[in-house]
Parts: sequence; C-alpha cells; structure tokens
Amino acid sequence: MTVNETLAQASNAMVYGAITAFTSSMVAYSISLAKGRRLETLETSAQRTNSSHQVRMGSTDTLIKPAVSTSVSVDGDLGEGRRAGNIGLALTWLGAILLGLALTFRGLSVGRWPLGNMYEFSLAAGFAVSLVYCVMSLSRDLRWLGLFITIPVLLDLGSAITVLYAESAQLVPALNSYWLLIHVAAATVCIGAFTVGAALSGLYLVAQAAEDRITNGLAPGRSAAIAQRVPPADRLDLMAYRIHAFMFPIWTFAVIAGAIWAEAAWGRYWGWDPKETWAFITWVFYAAYLHARATAGWRGRKAAYIALAGFGAIIFNYFIVNIYVQGLHSYSGL
Amino acid sequence: METLRWLWRQLTSMRIALILLFLLALASVPGSIFPQRGTSPLRVNEFLKDNPKSGPILDQFYMFDVFASPWFASIYLLLFISLMGCVLPRAVEHYKEMRSYPPVAPRNLSRLPVHLQWNSNTTVEQAISETQAAWNKRGWRVRAGDDWISAEKGYSRETGNLLFHLSLLVLLIAVGVGGVMGFRGTVIVREGSGFANNVTQYDTFTSGRNYSADKLPPISFKLENFISSFQRGGQQNGAPREFYADLLVKDDPSATPRAFRVEVNHPLRTSGITLYLVGHGYAPEFSVRDASGNLLWQDAAVFLPQDAGFTSSGVVKIPDTVPQLGLQGYFLPTVSADFSNGPVSEFPAADDPGVYISAWQGDLGLDSGMPQSVYRLDTKNMKRIGIEELAPGETWRLPNSGVTVEFTGYRQWATFAITRDPAKGWALGAAIAAIAGLSLSLLIPRRRAWLRVTPAAGGGNLFEVAGLSKTEAPGLADEISHLANLVNTKKENL
Repeated sequence: MTVNETLAQASNAMVYGAITAFTSSMVAYSISLAKGRRLETLETSAQRTNSSHQVRMGSTDTLIKPAVSTSVSVDGDLGEGRRAGNIGLALTWLGAILLGLALTFRGLSVGRWPLGNMYEFSLAAGFAVSLVYCVMSLSRDLRWLGLFITIPVLLDLGSAITVLYAESAQLVPALNSYWLLIHVAAATVCIGAFTVGAALSGLYLVAQAAEDRITNGLAPGRSAAIAQRVPPADRLDLMAYRIHAFMFPIWTFAVIAGAIWAEAAWGRYWGWDPKETWAFITWVFYAAYLHARATAGWRGRKAAYIALAGFGAIIFNYFIVNIYVQGLHSYSGL
Repeated sequence: METLRWLWRQLTSMRIALILLFLLALASVPGSIFPQRGTSPLRVNEFLKDNPKSGPILDQFYMFDVFASPWFASIYLLLFISLMGCVLPRAVEHYKEMRSYPPVAPRNLSRLPVHLQWNSNTTVEQAISETQAAWNKRGWRVRAGDDWISAEKGYSRETGNLLFHLSLLVLLIAVGVGGVMGFRGTVIVREGSGFANNVTQYDTFTSGRNYSADKLPPISFKLENFISSFQRGGQQNGAPREFYADLLVKDDPSATPRAFRVEVNHPLRTSGITLYLVGHGYAPEFSVRDASGNLLWQDAAVFLPQDAGFTSSGVVKIPDTVPQLGLQGYFLPTVSADFSNGPVSEFPAADDPGVYISAWQGDLGLDSGMPQSVYRLDTKNMKRIGIEELAPGETWRLPNSGVTVEFTGYRQWATFAITRDPAKGWALGAAIAAIAGLSLSLLIPRRRAWLRVTPAAGGGNLFEVAGLSKTEAPGLADEISHLANLVNTKKENL
C-alpha cells in the first residue's frame, strides 16, 4: 500500500487551517472575556456556597437538598462580551471540523486509521478536546470556557507540527490491529474530555479562592478578575465532577481494551510497561478524585487538586513516557 | 482489643483508603523509571554495571522489582483489606435495603427540592391504589399508607458500586492465580527447524510455583518460512511493516500437521497455551572444513540484531579441532558502502548480505564447567588470527592453518513466546463486571418520590408530589413531573 501524497498534503493544509481558526477563536474569546461580566456577584456566590457547604457537611449519605439549585441562571452570561463569544464558538467549530478533515485525509492517504504515531495522536487529541467542548456547548452556554479550551488545543497542535511531525506512512506491525481503533480512540476521547475537566477544575480553584477571600472579608484579589467572568465555584465544581464521573468508566474501558490487545500482541494482559504503569497511575488518581468528592474534608479544593494530578499523569504519560522512556509502547514515530 | 478496633476503624475509613490510593500511585512511579527485571532483565544488568555504587542500594529497596516487592504488595493488600472492610458491611446493608420498603413520606412535601401540587375531586383511596400500581410499573419500589405513597428508585447505583469493588478483588485474585498456575517461555527457532514443547528446548522459562514442567502440553511445530518487510524510503525508512511466521503445527505427536500463520497480533492458541511471535533476526550459514576438505562444522548460527538496520552479532564455536577455533563477528543484511563507522547494516532487509568476521585460535574454555553464552566468545585463552569480509558463496582460507570458512548464505529466525495463564478468562470477566458496575454506580442516581393527599380547604383533595435525589441528578424535575402525570386524577382541576 503506497502513500497518496496529495491527500497527505491536503491533511497538512487542514492542520494549518485549524491552527488559524483556533488562534482567531482564542482572540475572540479573550475579547469576550475582557468585555463580559456575569450577573451574580462574587458576594452572592460566596454566600450561597457557604450555606450549601454547611448543609452538606454531615455524613456522605444523608438525603440533602442539591447544593446547587437547578435554576441557576448565571452561567456564561457574558453580557457585553456575548457577540465576541459567539464568533469564538463558531471559529472553534470551524477548527474542529478542519481537524476532523485533516485526520480523515491523513487516514485516507495511507488507507488506515490515523492513530499510528504521536503526530496523529496529537491531532486526534486536539480534535477530541474541541469536539467535546463543541458538543457540550450545544446544550449549555460555555462561551466563558472557550479561552481555556483553545489554549491547550493550540499548545497541543503547536507541538504536533513542530516536534512531533511524522510523514504519512504505513503502520508498524504491532499496531496493525482493530484494537488500535478501539483502544486508542477510547483513550483519545478520554484525553479530550479530561482536558475539559482539568480546565473546569482549574477554574473552580480560582473561583473558590476569590469567593474565599470575600468570605474572609479580604479584598477580592487577582483571582477575582477571572472569577467574575466564569460561573460560581460550586457550579464549576459540579460541572467538573460530572465530566470526570462520566469519563471514568470510559477510561477504565480504554485501559482494559489495551490489556486485551496486549494479551494478543505481547502474550500478557498486564506487564507494567511504563505506559501501562502511567495509565494505571492516572486511573488511581481519578478514582481517588471520585472518592474524595464523596468524603467530608476532602471535597472541594483537595478533590480538585487530585483531578489536576490525574491530568498531570496523562500529560506525563503522553510527552515524557512516549518520548523518553524505553518500553513496548514506542510508537512515537520520532 | 480497643486498639485493634481503633486500627480497624482507621483502616476502613475513606481517609486511609485515599491515602493508600496515593501511595499506590506513588509506589508505581519508580517502576516506570528504573528498568524492571520482570520485563527487561538485560537492561537491569546494564544499569547495575553502569552504576556500581547506587545500583546495589537501589536493588536492596526492590527498585528493579517494584511490582513484586513486599512494600508494593503491602500497599495493595492493605488497600484491599480496607476496601473489603468498607464494602462488605455495605453489601449486607444494601441487601437488607433491597428487601425492605422506603420510609414513610415526610409530612411537609413543599420543602423538598422538586414539588408539585394541584386540586382534584378524585377520592384518596382511588388515587392511592392507582398511583401505587402506575409507579410500580415504572420500576419504582412503592410503599403506600392511607393517604400517602413513598417510592424509591435507583438501587442499582449501590449494586453497581458493590459489583465494581468486588470485581476489583476478583481481578486481583485472578492476577495472582495466573502467576502461580501459569508459565512463560521464549524460544528462538530458525527457518527449517522445529520445536517440541519441552522445558529443555526453551531459551528462557519461568513458571509459577504450582506449575510443574511435565504438565506442558505435547505440541510441536516447524518454522517453514519467515517473511519480513520494511518501509523503503521516506522519513520512516527501515521501519518494520509486516512480519509473519508460517508454521506446521502438531497438537500432539500422533496428530497430522496443520499449517498456521503466526503474526504479531495473531497468536496461535491451542491446548491451553498461546504462542506469540515476538522477535526475529538472521542466522548466517557457514561451512568450516579442515585442510583436507573434511567438514568440521556446518550450520546456521543465530546472530542477534543490534540496531534498526539489523546489524547482527554472534559467534561460531568449533571445538573439534586442535587448537580450537572460534569465529566472531557481524552479519549485515545490507552491507554499507562506507565502513568508517565499522561494520553497520544500512537497511534491515537482506538486500546485499555480508559477514564481517574475525577468527580466533586457542582454548574456547568449554571444558571449564562454567556455563557459557552461545552468543559470546571467551577470548581469554585465544589469539586472533585474522579478519575478513565475505559475501555469500565466498570462502576464506584462514592464515597459518589449512582451515577454510565458507559463508554459504543465511536463514531467518523468529523468537516465540509461549504462555499459559489459566486465570485470564477470570481477569477479563472481572474487568467487564468492573466497567458495568462502575457505569451503574456513576450514571444512575438514587432518588425518592412521594405523593400525599390532604383534604383541600374548599372541598376536594389537595394532591402533592415531591422528589429528592441523594446525588446530583440532572433531570429529576422532569422525572417527578412525569410521575405526577401518572397520578390519575380527574382533570377538572379546581
């Protein structure tokens, strides 16, 4: 099977197009955030969070009133910044579609799934992050989150075209299996959604810091600049929890699919290869996050740090283990 | 006794479970940084050689056997004890709950997060009995009083949670049993040669405590043909593209041989064992004759690949001459025109094969009784008598001895791993059950709903429906209003 150069080059052009779209979208989101403020003041958020915390402090299993009323209407109300936010969202859609086309052309140019080396994984991860964000945007207003999504996507694509670039080519035999699609695609979707989760947990920490300062009678610090433009801390915390809880079974599936593939390719389903070890560490962190969030004294800030540590393990596994650590998963194409 | 109880309470607390989880993650890290004996014993030896000071100290702390170390085991065993101490009481509790009915409806439903009310002339008795049936049909567990109904749904959340944690325990046991009852061996087989499943034929063999070698199933096979191909040109020039081994397999000595093609993701599974293709390389063929032309040695010697171009190194030992003779050198599948970097192969495929060998005379040291590597020449008591580069078909007459070495060609060889893990089906089952349990416990909310009927001030009855969820459940309001619609009151709302 030869490589279709025309399609390979079309794919590269699409990647540059996507980078342009995401860069413009990042600018639009920045303008939108600079102009916008939400309606609920930090003071109100801080009060509400405190009162609901008191309700929740008891045991983990008593029936309680939901901490967040379902009718909170403060999300993403960017006021003046709404129009720039719309432009940003449209450009994110454009970038996601261009990345999808880039992956399609890349796959067609070699007649296989475009998941064979780090360059292709990075394109797929960028696609997954932007797609998860866009799909989530369909049912709720997430324009305030756009900036914090386009930045990681651009970092990912930037590293893809500079250090990770690999020409379109056939697969090494070890990757030649339908498990490539199942295992790698599941892992890539998880990375995409966990990136969104990490952005939410990070924003939660900033918003919580701002609200805490107000509760303690301090002047709203620098964190207030961001906190005033995103939903209240309790809301961010809940959104972060939902996405992590939804993705955790899928991450578990991705790891198990990898184990099934490893059994067929290497003769054992688990061998503590460095990549496997870090997938396990990631899994343990997210498991700890879900437990922490249901444990008095750990929910809130500590839990959010654990979620961020899980995302750190993903990044370490991707960039450090793939490139620098010798193991069986050496498919970086570098 | 008091202390024991305190310790048990601590161990089964969520705080300690969380700390143990962190320790488990932390303890795995060195296993990914230092080479591990389980996966790459050669790199461990190299590391110990390169770090004579720190190596042995690290070794004392099991840094090269992290996942088999006592401290790693103690973390996960404590974690599992903690998990069981937490899960088993909850399982008992859940079992009781599954067999009982939801508690009585609270008096004041209007304080609940979802609350609906309306008036109707429908009688209490009719409304209660019909609603009880309708909600029950929707999968709610219903308990009815004279003028109220309590209902609960989402028990599978806790069922899933318990299933997940118990599956993890089964998985851990399956991993352990697989290690004790299984084996793993590797063997190098040259094209045209065969293998019979016997411990003596393996190059490496490790088995669990409870696996005895005479239980090996009596399969045998012959490697008919090995095919490999590589990327030609482009950035990834020389990357492997395809390899497979064509075998003739006999499941037992009296069986008729059958053809089977083993590929990287396509192992042979038979008689409870699995046979994988894990590596390949080249074996140059030599014919060594004495001065009068009598054959001293003739075979294909397995040479081990050293780099991406498959520059392969190896030796030939010829003990039946006086003095003894040894050949040491390289097989290059594609001889490079430029020898400035020494003998290096340009490309992994055998486009233009050649060997670059040195001949040694003296004592091979085979009689010393010490086990010797077949890939290394002990040149302590030997003298080098010459170096030569040969193309296929060329013959080299060794200086000062009438011996000739003919490089007649090459064969390919393949490394096979043969494994048995009788518990892997259990591990897979446990993993699938874990995902199922996890999905139930994270995606299904546990919620309660109530109906209360009270006489309205202006005649007729006041109907109130309310709902509550233990966990953050999106869509609770919709579900409760759907339940309210099922309360079959005459629609002449007053």
